[in-house]
Amino acid sequence: MSDSVLYSVFLLVSLGVIAAIVLYIVSKKFYVYENPLISEVDDILPAANCGGCGSPGCKAFADKLVNTEDISELFCPVGGNEVMKQVSEILGKEVTEKDPTVAVLLCQGGCEVRPKTTIYQGPRTCAVSAMVYGGETDCQYGCLGDGDCVAVCDFDAMYMDENTGLPVIDTDKCTSCEACVKACPRDIIEMRPLNKRDLKIFVGCLNQDKAGIAKKACDVACIGCSKCEDICPKDAVIMTDTLAYIDPIACTLCRKCVEVCPTHSIIETNFPPKKVKKPKEEKPKREKVAVVKAKVESVNPKTDA
Amino acid sequence: MLKTFPKGGIHPEENKITSSKAIKRMPVPKVVYVPIAQHIGIPAEIIVDRKDKVEIGQVIAKSGGFVSSNIHSPVAGTVTKLDMIVDTSGYKKQCIVIRTDQKNESNFEIPDFPLKKEISMDQKNILQQITDCGIVGLGGATFPSHVKLDLKNDNHVDCLIINGVECEPYLTADHRLMLEKADEIIVGIQILMHALHINEAIIGIENNKKDAIKVLKQAAKSDKRIKVAALQVKYPQGSEKQLITAIVQREVPIGGLPMDVGVIVHNVGTIFAIYQAVQYDQPLIERVVTVTGKKIENASNFWVRIGTPIKDLVEEVGGLPEGTRKIVNGGPMMGKAIKNTDVPVTKGTSGILVISEDEASRQDPKNCIRCGQCVFVCPMGLEPHLLMNLSEKGMYEKAAYEDIMTCIECGSCSYVCPSHRPLLDYIRFGKSIVKKINTTKN
Repeated sequence: MSDSVLYSVFLLVSLGVIAAIVLYIVSKKFYVYENPLISEVDDILPAANCGGCGSPGCKAFADKLVNTEDISELFCPVGGNEVMKQVSEILGKEVTEKDPTVAVLLCQGGCEVRPKTTIYQGPRTCAVSAMVYGGETDCQYGCLGDGDCVAVCDFDAMYMDENTGLPVIDTDKCTSCEACVKACPRDIIEMRPLNKRDLKIFVGCLNQDKAGIAKKACDVACIGCSKCEDICPKDAVIMTDTLAYIDPIACTLCRKCVEVCPTHSIIETNFPPKKVKKPKEEKPKREKVAVVKAKVESVNPKTDA
Repeated sequence: MLKTFPKGGIHPEENKITSSKAIKRMPVPKVVYVPIAQHIGIPAEIIVDRKDKVEIGQVIAKSGGFVSSNIHSPVAGTVTKLDMIVDTSGYKKQCIVIRTDQKNESNFEIPDFPLKKEISMDQKNILQQITDCGIVGLGGATFPSHVKLDLKNDNHVDCLIINGVECEPYLTADHRLMLEKADEIIVGIQILMHALHINEAIIGIENNKKDAIKVLKQAAKSDKRIKVAALQVKYPQGSEKQLITAIVQREVPIGGLPMDVGVIVHNVGTIFAIYQAVQYDQPLIERVVTVTGKKIENASNFWVRIGTPIKDLVEEVGGLPEGTRKIVNGGPMMGKAIKNTDVPVTKGTSGILVISEDEASRQDPKNCIRCGQCVFVCPMGLEPHLLMNLSEKGMYEKAAYEDIMTCIECGSCSYVCPSHRPLLDYIRFGKSIVKKINTTKN
């Protein structure tokens, strides 16, 4: 009885010793030197593996940071200046500071204001439907509403609003990795600078059609009237033929343009409410939408693509 | 046993409702919308301006490069504007809008060209004439014809194949043209044989058009070099590569052209356009369009001016029937639904198909059950299910390795899939990405 116990203990111990020796030899023989700085930098990086820096993951980015001499062009958008500062301290290389940015949707053509004129039954991804045609509505510049941007967002910072059919960006969660910018076939997501209270003013439209056509397709389309350009005290509004764009750097957030925009296509976010009677404005707007919708339907029979 | 291509293929319901309807002439539209990108390749460059008066057949947009084509005014009238109009691609594209001059008689004369058999032009002039008259492949791909005819020295072409297959269901434009213009088509073939020094021409026609086979055989009796080959009925036999394999049993290499195996293929419609261009100096300003659909009252074939809005065609056949869901530019297999009825007819519009609600709806895709039907029917010997998955997952390099670019987009895979998977949609998408990757690499 005691013999068999002894034998087994002896056998297992000797097996363990042999395995340990083999492992020791192998680990010495096939040792790969890795710069300890890489893992040190990797620990600081946010470990999101989003690809926003251009590298396939945080470890690869750490490797790149350590092995590149001039890292002034490399930047981790998720970690921001804080992380890059720490990296700079560890590596003793200079990094450039970048202003924080946030993704912004340049389309507000929800179901209510932008009537659908066709039915699409193909695969529900923006990439495929953008290849097939200009979209279910008459605006070929706006959001397709199939949520490719939401699908690629690693940070849960986007979701589709069921009422409008448009994606919504959660500014607090957005890390400005630009994955959504790359995924959007219409290029309607822009990175704009983020200030402390997240105040933004921008033109929420990219429709380049002439005023009448744009307005018919979408109630809140920019019609290129250049009223905003005229009123802007800082020349921050850049007009092309039929479209306004607000330069975020020149803009001082005075909100004058928001009030003069006849189609409400200039969006302001997170400003404290002004003493304006807003509910009164909204009511007649909805009626108008219904009229436009009926008109469009009678002109063009619903066809499918 | 009749000839056909060996791999894959399907047998969709034929529905050739209009095959007994003679080609009628559409009234000249009041306004024409002429897109400048009607062909594969570089869009033409506009050379007219607003308020310019244009004559019928005048060049209004000049070829923008080698793989491009001239565009001529289909009517005499005034250019009212240069506008962005939704065309068959589903996007707004540059168009020349011309208002027809109702007083100008040249608009309403019915062209009557007697058969002219003597070929007076020499080889160089024939090719120049085809280039100048803006002839493109009228089968649907709209590839500029002069590019196909520009032979390099190392290409020895010994056989001209004429595509009269028309394998798409519903469409009968080529069928009617063969019946009504058989002699002209034979002269057109002789013109090409003369220009390219080819001594053999074979007209491929599917066996469901027995009358056309008979008429063309009769017309070709005097010329021993021209043969008519009856083919088995199978889709997609009208595809260039499939037709070559069916008729001369030569396989076009991957990424190659028919020239590489000594063959040139032209559609019968193109041949007729070449005949008119060479013999009567007529530019390509009108084509045969089949306007059809199961519920269309007066479905028929029409001579239509390029640029006619599709709503004019629909009105001509008695308006849209109730419950219309889709209007397709082209046939049901390879055609594309149009966004609205203002879309103009272009050089590639072989048919307008009106589909009702019960036929048009797609079913929800289910999981792949690995039945292999798509592999079985693929005429190019590809694995559509694999290509779809690779495109969907973004594995484009693997897709390119699996020869996604050789797909001819015939849609046979989507047609047979019992799970209603959108195979072709994703393969097309994958192709567009692989094409982009390839161009950036070069």
